[in-house]
Amino acid sequence: MNQPGALEGLRVIELCDELGMFAGKLLADMGAEVIKVERPEGDPTRAYPPFLDDEPGLERSLYFWHYNTSKLSVTLDLTNSVDRKRLSTLIDGTDILIQSGEVGADLEYAVLQKTNAGLIMVTLSPFGQEMPRQEEAATDLTILAGGGPVWNCGYDDHSLPPVRGGGNQGYHTASHFAVMSALVALLYRDETDKGQHIEVNAHAAANVTTEAGTYTWLVAQETVERQTGRHAAVNPSMPVQVLCKDGRYVNTGIPPRRPDSFSAVCEWLETLGLTEEFLEFPLLEQGSKRARFDMSMLQQDQELMAIFGAGRSAMNFLASRLTAYEFFVGGQQRGFQTGIIYSPEEVLEDPHFIERGFPVEVEHPELARTFTYPGAPYQFHGTPWRIRRRAPLLGEDNGHVFAEAKHS
Amino acid sequence: MPGALSHLRICDFTGQLAGAGATRFLAAFGAQVIRIEDPVHQGQWDILRGMPPFVDARRGVEFGGPFNNHNVEKLGITLNLRTARGKELLKELVSISDVVTENFSAGVMGRLGFDYEALKTLRNDIIYVSNCGFGHSGPYKDFKTWGPIVQAVSGLTFSSGLPDQPPSGWGYSYMDHTGGYYMAIAILMALRHRNQTGEGQWVDLGCTEAGATLAGPAILDYTVNGRPLRRPGNPNSNRSQYPAMAPHGIYPSQEEDTWIAIACRDEQDWKAIGLATGESWMQEVRFSDLRGRLLAEDALDNLLAKWTRKQDNFEAAALLQKVGVPATAVQRPQERIDQDPNTKAWGLWPTVKHSEMGAIRVDGLPVHFSETDWRMEQGGPCLGEHNEEVFGGLLGLNPDEIASLTEDGVL
Repeated sequence: MNQPGALEGLRVIELCDELGMFAGKLLADMGAEVIKVERPEGDPTRAYPPFLDDEPGLERSLYFWHYNTSKLSVTLDLTNSVDRKRLSTLIDGTDILIQSGEVGADLEYAVLQKTNAGLIMVTLSPFGQEMPRQEEAATDLTILAGGGPVWNCGYDDHSLPPVRGGGNQGYHTASHFAVMSALVALLYRDETDKGQHIEVNAHAAANVTTEAGTYTWLVAQETVERQTGRHAAVNPSMPVQVLCKDGRYVNTGIPPRRPDSFSAVCEWLETLGLTEEFLEFPLLEQGSKRARFDMSMLQQDQELMAIFGAGRSAMNFLASRLTAYEFFVGGQQRGFQTGIIYSPEEVLEDPHFIERGFPVEVEHPELARTFTYPGAPYQFHGTPWRIRRRAPLLGEDNGHVFAEAKHS
Repeated sequence: MPGALSHLRICDFTGQLAGAGATRFLAAFGAQVIRIEDPVHQGQWDILRGMPPFVDARRGVEFGGPFNNHNVEKLGITLNLRTARGKELLKELVSISDVVTENFSAGVMGRLGFDYEALKTLRNDIIYVSNCGFGHSGPYKDFKTWGPIVQAVSGLTFSSGLPDQPPSGWGYSYMDHTGGYYMAIAILMALRHRNQTGEGQWVDLGCTEAGATLAGPAILDYTVNGRPLRRPGNPNSNRSQYPAMAPHGIYPSQEEDTWIAIACRDEQDWKAIGLATGESWMQEVRFSDLRGRLLAEDALDNLLAKWTRKQDNFEAAALLQKVGVPATAVQRPQERIDQDPNTKAWGLWPTVKHSEMGAIRVDGLPVHFSETDWRMEQGGPCLGEHNEEVFGGLLGLNPDEIASLTEDGVL
């Protein structure tokens, strides 16, 4: 139960706004001791909604709760020389320093390194330091809009604006790169004892997390266009999202394109007693008897085209006649890559994720309550991911962190 | 210059982007990533091998643009694991590797005879990281996915869209990229633990779970407050949820299908927008604080859109940035890749040399290291391109043996 995490013994100082805060969580939930440095009045994200029972309060932000699990909190007033000295002492005793935003922006690696040669410092910023656009103000929205993702997302109807994917993913991507980079530097330090400074550029991170939107331009100088619920593409593709009978959507995946998958669709329709209602059923049967499918001949082979089209219609028809969950599971059990479009909270109530232990219970002793959190992004069999404590109360760890720093 | 990870060797079965993206990152820092492909199917377990876009009229497994992008700096070998000799050679390779990576469907490695228990007998401290849609246990472990399905089931598709519309989802495989990032993180963390303790381990990465961790505040709003994200009028992901901001959105500009994103973080931004646009409605009392602007957000967005519609998106963004407001044109690929001074100055689009395709630009990395920066020079490997280097140089086979193994269909 209490096996150590993979990063046990690693110390991290976090001086981050929302851009880099997730990086600290990723390290802390794997066992690193992550000390979050807050200003005395508390980190501004403590004022971000949603709040426990919708009442704002320093210890009530669910945003703060999520992004700060397993971390320690100390408060420092960096305008005051005693506290600045305390910060220096903390940094001297740390392996990794992560910084983003205003607090700690004046810390210079060259200076810090003089007293901590092995220090790994990771600086996240919207555009990088000493870069042409470094002065520009940015938020998750503008990072994703200027960095490429937004151009790819939205609807077939281009009079609707393109869409920023939900959940502050621009910050997440920058944080993912911060963690990957810090760990690369750590492995290098394990070999050489040498620390280094790493810069993470959020706008660049969005740019290289945009798949075909980018390489279609790099390789062929062509521009992809957004489409409802599917990959942006140079040439439009067929819709894949279908409204099921319970009002939820599914993704019908890749339609049948092999004889055995046509047999599977036939069997599915037969099982549900829908063969007569689906008028193209004979085409599906034909598909199941065809020796082979050469998809490259689709445009030239009229019969193949008709069969392929019937397969696609059959999947859409089935989806419209079933609940989203029935379609998802029924399709997958027959070898189709079907998917239910869950809202995030529904994932925690699905039997698969429950059986894998994905929802985890986290105690909030001062509230005498326990809440369910999203769990491990990966299952480490030797050194399990674990939320070792709920997000820290403001300055909760001042006492022992400063006492320890004094004696070291 | 040796890279930060030059001391590491990865025996790599990954493909597509969800897996290949992970080892791509490590290869850029000098890890020796040996990509193993099946000669019988010409490596086409990875469908990207022959997939468009293409640089020219040539087609086939050596000409897939995305494959090249996702496999820069890796070595490529062929090995037929249906043969006893092929299995033996893989055993030799595993015994001198630090990490084994794959993103097959659950169970494939076991059927090949190389699950974690088997790998461990070959090298006791081996790190094995598997990455599949639903992980290796649970009722859906045999279900198949690709990016859009992972995004659908994990909540990411639902979370993206406009009210009264179906989900827009992500217009690409965001979770292939991000699944790869989690996979890279898992590999590196497991290596750190091995450095500290000498222990290897198996990491079972289920991409849908990784995706579901990316909606934390929405999930807690449900588990703590009982408020689901599936409720009327939601989501509207162009608006800001955390923190509240208004205006906050993507607005039309002058030319057809051109757009500008604007975020008003606070009262200072609001005043600045008023000054920059000179619009009189910005003085209206109902918009005088955040609460008022949130209550009248539809009206506010319509008024702001009337102004943006008359502007060029790049010019309007510059005007707003000048007064400190986060604003940007929604950049098209050409604009952000070829015309954005920042991506250019960063060196974000390095040119690699592919043995068949020649010089070709690829995604670089959004990080720079002061001591051991990344490097991308060599394109994705052609099929079996490094057979001599690996089977000869590393495993000590002589040229005749390699020739006869190739002849026999083992390589």
